[in-house]
Amino acid sequence: MAPSLDAKIPEGPIEDKWDAHKFSVKLVNPNNKRKFDIIVVGTGLAGGAAAATLGGLGYNVKVFTFHDSPRRAHSIAAQGGINAAKNYHNDGDSVYRLFYDTVKGGDYRSREANVYRLAQVSNNIIDQCTAQGVPFAREYGGLLDNRSFGGAQVSRTFYARGQTGQQLLLGAYQALAEQIAKGTVTLYNRSEMLDVVTVDGRAAGIVVRDLLTGEVSSHSAHAVVLATGGYSNVFFLSTNAMACNATAIWRAHRQGALFANPCYTQIHPTCIPSSDEYQSKLTLMSESLRNDGRIWVPAKAHDPRPPSEIPEAERDYFLERKYPSFGNLVPRDVASRNAKAMIDQEKGVGPLGNGVYLDFSASVDRLGRNVVEERYGNLFEMYDRITGEDPYGSPMRIYPAPHYTMGGLWVDYNLETTIPGLYCLGEANFSDHGANRLGASALMQGLADGYFVLPQTIGDGIAPLLGTKPVDTHHEAFRLAEAAVRDRYAGYLAIGGTRSADWFHRELGKIMWDHCGMERNRPGLEKAISEIPALYEEFKKDLRVLGNDASVNQALERAGRVDDFFQLGLLMCEDALHREESCGGHFRSEHQTPEGEAERDDDRFAYVGAWEHTGEMAPGRLHREDLVFENVKLTQRSYK
Amino acid sequence: MATTLNRAPAEPVTRQRRNAPFPVELYRSAVGKKYVMALTGIALMGFVLAHMVGNLKMFLGPAAFNEYGEFLRELLVPILPHHVVLWIMRIGLIVAFALHIHAAYALTRMNHAARRTKYQSRRDYVAANYASRTMRWSGVIVGLFLIWHLFDLSWTGTGAAFYRGDPYTNVANSLSRIPVAIFYVVANIALGFHLFHGSWSLFQSMGWNNPRFNRWRRDFAIGFAALVVVGNVAFPIAVLAGVVSAD
Amino acid sequence: MAVTDPERQAPSLVTGEKHHGRTMHLTLRVWRQAGPDSEGRFADYDVPGISEDMSFLEMLDVVNERLASDGEEPITFDHDCREGICGTCSLMINGRAHGPERGTATCQLHMRKFGDGDTIVVEPWRAEGFPIIRDLMVDRSTLDRIVEAGGFITVSPGSAPDANLVPVPKVVADASMDAAACIQCGACVAACPNSAANLFTAAKVAHLNLLPQGEPQRYQRVESMVDTMEQFFGSCTNHGECEEACPKEISIDFIATMNKDYLRAKIKNRRYLSRNP
Repeated sequence: MAPSLDAKIPEGPIEDKWDAHKFSVKLVNPNNKRKFDIIVVGTGLAGGAAAATLGGLGYNVKVFTFHDSPRRAHSIAAQGGINAAKNYHNDGDSVYRLFYDTVKGGDYRSREANVYRLAQVSNNIIDQCTAQGVPFAREYGGLLDNRSFGGAQVSRTFYARGQTGQQLLLGAYQALAEQIAKGTVTLYNRSEMLDVVTVDGRAAGIVVRDLLTGEVSSHSAHAVVLATGGYSNVFFLSTNAMACNATAIWRAHRQGALFANPCYTQIHPTCIPSSDEYQSKLTLMSESLRNDGRIWVPAKAHDPRPPSEIPEAERDYFLERKYPSFGNLVPRDVASRNAKAMIDQEKGVGPLGNGVYLDFSASVDRLGRNVVEERYGNLFEMYDRITGEDPYGSPMRIYPAPHYTMGGLWVDYNLETTIPGLYCLGEANFSDHGANRLGASALMQGLADGYFVLPQTIGDGIAPLLGTKPVDTHHEAFRLAEAAVRDRYAGYLAIGGTRSADWFHRELGKIMWDHCGMERNRPGLEKAISEIPALYEEFKKDLRVLGNDASVNQALERAGRVDDFFQLGLLMCEDALHREESCGGHFRSEHQTPEGEAERDDDRFAYVGAWEHTGEMAPGRLHREDLVFENVKLTQRSYK
Repeated sequence: MATTLNRAPAEPVTRQRRNAPFPVELYRSAVGKKYVMALTGIALMGFVLAHMVGNLKMFLGPAAFNEYGEFLRELLVPILPHHVVLWIMRIGLIVAFALHIHAAYALTRMNHAARRTKYQSRRDYVAANYASRTMRWSGVIVGLFLIWHLFDLSWTGTGAAFYRGDPYTNVANSLSRIPVAIFYVVANIALGFHLFHGSWSLFQSMGWNNPRFNRWRRDFAIGFAALVVVGNVAFPIAVLAGVVSAD
Repeated sequence: MAVTDPERQAPSLVTGEKHHGRTMHLTLRVWRQAGPDSEGRFADYDVPGISEDMSFLEMLDVVNERLASDGEEPITFDHDCREGICGTCSLMINGRAHGPERGTATCQLHMRKFGDGDTIVVEPWRAEGFPIIRDLMVDRSTLDRIVEAGGFITVSPGSAPDANLVPVPKVVADASMDAAACIQCGACVAACPNSAANLFTAAKVAHLNLLPQGEPQRYQRVESMVDTMEQFFGSCTNHGECEEACPKEISIDFIATMNKDYLRAKIKNRRYLSRNP
């Protein structure tokens, strides 16, 4: 039996837990806040919001980003929107319904108390962002507009054209800029965090590498906050930005932070299918497209006709057929898997037969081209730019792509990892989305953690440290960590092999996508578990990185990130293998209902699987946090 | 911190500056200088337009033209003594020219300093046109022409027979020389280019931006520049054609 | 790896086989510069076998793979999201910021916009405010400095009123959104014959100044941001080149709006200052 974890969830009815907790946590007196140093790594929605808020409260904050500007974090690319339980549209929404939908959407693998808190603060987020000047879409009366999104039957998604992520991130970035100008926050840009340093079992600081000079340095603080995003790039091709990586959380994991549910990855159903083998990333188009677009394939396989020549009777609107009540708005995993099933049946469309149609002609007829253009104009333009095809004239082609990772560092109710003093926010932690995230909930979680949760809970951990100084960065632990980082990077340069880090990344990605992607099974995962270490050995022997360690060297940066992806990829496969059930984004083909739906095994797997690092490429040790559902009844998800 | 620039002091620059009187303080900023360029530009546009319109009297014959010259000296007499209004206008013009030139000079220096190393490959401009990119050269040509023009027709004459108080004859004498006539035409074309960009640009600099009239701004600039150039170029042509002559 | 067809083998990047569209043979003339203070020069590369479906940056990826296999250090260039929103990519391509396609960032520019046999000249953005770091990579943190000077609305979490308390006319929200679309890439500065950052600053100012939420700090914001901008960049002489280069097609109308606000700010801020020294 695996050792169990205590999430420190407050007692009491679920509606009162957060308020009770806020009252019971230790506080830091406003005058004492400046006596605490806090490091925040990452400047996306979670990190940017946290750093700005902590700075505003009076803490001394150092914030690190490997970008040139905090505003470039990948939160910026989110398109669709952000959920909140405002019920502005009087359609029956409530905090409880948002909570319920999120737990259900997560296939009952998330922690009730966290999700409820998320739903509670969702409304504050909209207030905060509006006050910051986020130009949310509005109705003619001047009030905020909403749209509906996959996995929900109410209209609760706030949006800013097709760039909600950018607008929300600008809000956080601007708040951060204000604090930087005030001097409460110090920005370290183009600085990549490469290790967490612990002293006496507590997070003491971090080691960073200056990406312009290669200089390795240490920074210490009373608490370290990681908000470094997800790890979809383990698949090489994903919708993540090129630089997104798992290094920060993986290095924290190696220092003792447990890694929870690494196999929970989300495949986004509406991406543009790849056009050739050089493709460096996949481009996502907002899922909101599914509100007005109808998904179909030709009813018979290998149909060579262009879409306009296929009569209605010979089209298979497969989501509407199989799920009459949710139709095209079923959750992402259901939509993705069904698209894959169609392509597996050779019904795929496009020159490579690798897509399904997303058709707007019915909406254009019903709403008029102007309305469709108003809602999706920029997405249509983007599609046209990338594919050279006009979506007003012929249906779009879409296919699923890795997009979001629900797994991440295990955190308790305070967002503290198993290393005291080390906190983890946003996509980098595992906490709120269970086995599957609903659309428009990522932005909500990042901002909830950053603006409203961490600033309240961090006091509980650091208040007892009042009067102590952060560990001196000349401490031996820092010196050793710095030396290890220098050796690691010098090591990549010294191999002198024949293949680039990108080549290895592509190969790793292929293994991960084939065996640990949208659908998994035991033989495939076992194959991956044997192939990854072999490829990793190859990586260590045959990597080629040119240049030096004393100036900008993008190939060297990538080598370090790919190294960590190898190790994480192996853990993902192990986790996927151990979880003998299907749930949300984790679909084991051995475990499905006769209709092909995910079949959970609540008796054996209603827990969070959190892995302890035991050594490089060594099998992890499993810890578990049993999930207790007191407010939501576990049912087989059904979107029929 | 990985950046090749030193980070600026957290204190906003604005606070350190607010000591001088308002116009001076405004003029210290580039946006303020553009206001000054636009305002002085408007004054100078008014001048070139009035100058052109006034000179059209040339076509009514020597008496009308010389009478117009005399009228300018007698403006607002007897409320004010002779020549006073004319001098006020002259001083205003001199100040406008001085400010316009100084602001242009200061902004040009600023812009050169903002890109010391030029692009090493050929630029492919889309919106920037010949007029907008040659403002400082068309400005210099117009400025030099202006000095010559003052010597030629107001102060001393430039070789042709010159009679103080008989502008009609002076114009006819001077412009009947073909090289001088060509110089006038060339300088006025430069002025046209300068006016074309300037009379559009001033709307932006002044912050006059309204969706209702934005689309007319370019048309206005073309119309204004064309009007002034056509009017002014008509004079040397008229002289060469013998429509205006000293006899 | 191809996500769409796991069975298919990844092709050799070096020889550039297996395309579906047209294949192009290009000459690439790229600015190479080892560091901020080094001498730079153009280097010419012969680049056969480029698929027209590649993005411009994927073409550079291929060139870099080939360079590395020849033992030459890859070309350094800034890029990240590759979907036209993070604003990390830059590049002066054939004399235009972000290349020839209007309203498109370099990462969204595709090779089908070029012709077989073309010579493509790639240069870093040049401005004193954007010092070159290496090859095609420049430092744009001066733009952050402008935002830090006032490009925010002060509101601490928890203190905001209900989001629907203040209605904002749709046209106003839309105009603010038009300005807020700025991705801070710096193309406006790069394209400007004067290296002016007025379009960037104007967009940032207008985004917040148009909204009722931005009203209390409106004049401090514009004065402080413009004054900071002028420390690093040239002045606007209304060429309009920035608007053409902007991947988000932000209108220079916002510059006029900023100028108007700046003049008012100079008056109003003095009044406030004299009351509240």
